[in-house]
Amino acid sequence: MAVATDQFQFVRQLVQTRTAIVLGEDKKYLVDSRLAPLARDLGFGDADAVVQHLRRVPNLALEQRILEALTTNETLWFRDRQPFEALASHVLPQLVQRNAATRQLRIWSAACSSGQEIYSLAMLLDEQFPELRNHWHVDLFGTDFCTEMVTRATEGLYSTLEVNRGLPASLLVRYFDREGANWRLKPHVRSRARFGTMNLAGPWPPMSAFDLVLMRNVLIYFDVPTKERLLKAAGNQLAPGGYVLLGAAETAVGLCTDLTPVRLGDAVFYSAKGPRS
Amino acid sequence: MRALVVDDSRAMRTILTRILRRAGVDEVSEASDGKDAIARLDGAALPDFMLVDWNMPNMNGLELVGALRHHPQWRGITIVMVTTESEQSQIVRALAAGAHEYVIKPFEEESLIEKLAILGFGLQETLADGTEPMGQEAYSP
Repeated sequence: MAVATDQFQFVRQLVQTRTAIVLGEDKKYLVDSRLAPLARDLGFGDADAVVQHLRRVPNLALEQRILEALTTNETLWFRDRQPFEALASHVLPQLVQRNAATRQLRIWSAACSSGQEIYSLAMLLDEQFPELRNHWHVDLFGTDFCTEMVTRATEGLYSTLEVNRGLPASLLVRYFDREGANWRLKPHVRSRARFGTMNLAGPWPPMSAFDLVLMRNVLIYFDVPTKERLLKAAGNQLAPGGYVLLGAAETAVGLCTDLTPVRLGDAVFYSAKGPRS
Repeated sequence: MRALVVDDSRAMRTILTRILRRAGVDEVSEASDGKDAIARLDGAALPDFMLVDWNMPNMNGLELVGALRHHPQWRGITIVMVTTESEQSQIVRALAAGAHEYVIKPFEEESLIEKLAILGFGLQETLADGTEPMGQEAYSP
């Protein structure tokens, strides 16, 4: 059954309030198709049933899953071009110079999904900072709430649909090997990254400081107190001179006084205030 | 912004044209093979970019790319191959011949917009359906 008008309007309102994305009046079919797999997973008959359930029994976790199904495009290489350009032209040269004595670079992708973000960085580093290939310890660490995503990221195996998403063809042929209908990242790129499960909303395990914390497009899923807590924690996780990067539509301004926005190239990064920076 | 879509499948041309129009490309023309594309380029206002299928009668996509790259007026046109040819060696060949980007069919609407963005054509991103990959070749020409 197609999603009823009531349910559709509820979802439109929810998406707009929580993500500022406006679903057009003609996107009912999209709600049907994107929520159908979620409905199946949760044992509901269809999209309409799962939305009806949420309306009857408000549930933040379910709300998030619905939002995620409707809005996420996280399986994208080099997602949003500006931050990657800024990383290549400003941030990484700065970090590499700053860490020249220790020859260590530590980067954390805090919601790594199936690994595209951290592997995009691995390719960028390999292409543009070849001096790091030898005699440097580069730690690219990805964590995700979802175990399945962590497994997928570790495997580094992607479908054609996935490699079509934002990955320049020149990098596809250089860094991937075809395996049947799929594409696997070459071992020398895969081996540069490590992955683990972690719930950002829960207590964080002890971790060493990072030069760069990528926490992009995660905050939208949390309420304001949690956002504040996560931003503060991300700031505390920074090595001196390090940066936090948020999603293109996200900001720490008004949520976290420990972080100071810094415009580098065409992107905004956040540095930690106080003695750490 | 102007684009030329070159594909021998009429259904595929229609899909690609619709995607480009929806993303804000002002003018989209269509050609059914390489020869037809060259005939359409001759004397007309040049497109900013072309979407080119590989396997077509008369003149295939790779031959078309080669012809464009050796033509003084046309060599500057940006070319994105949109094709079912997915062998690594084929992608390398297309890039070596002068294609700028490569989209393997089937693909999602966003992928095409993203590839064009890589090449500096900032188009309007739409919240796409995400369920029906395009270019499964289930369409009749």
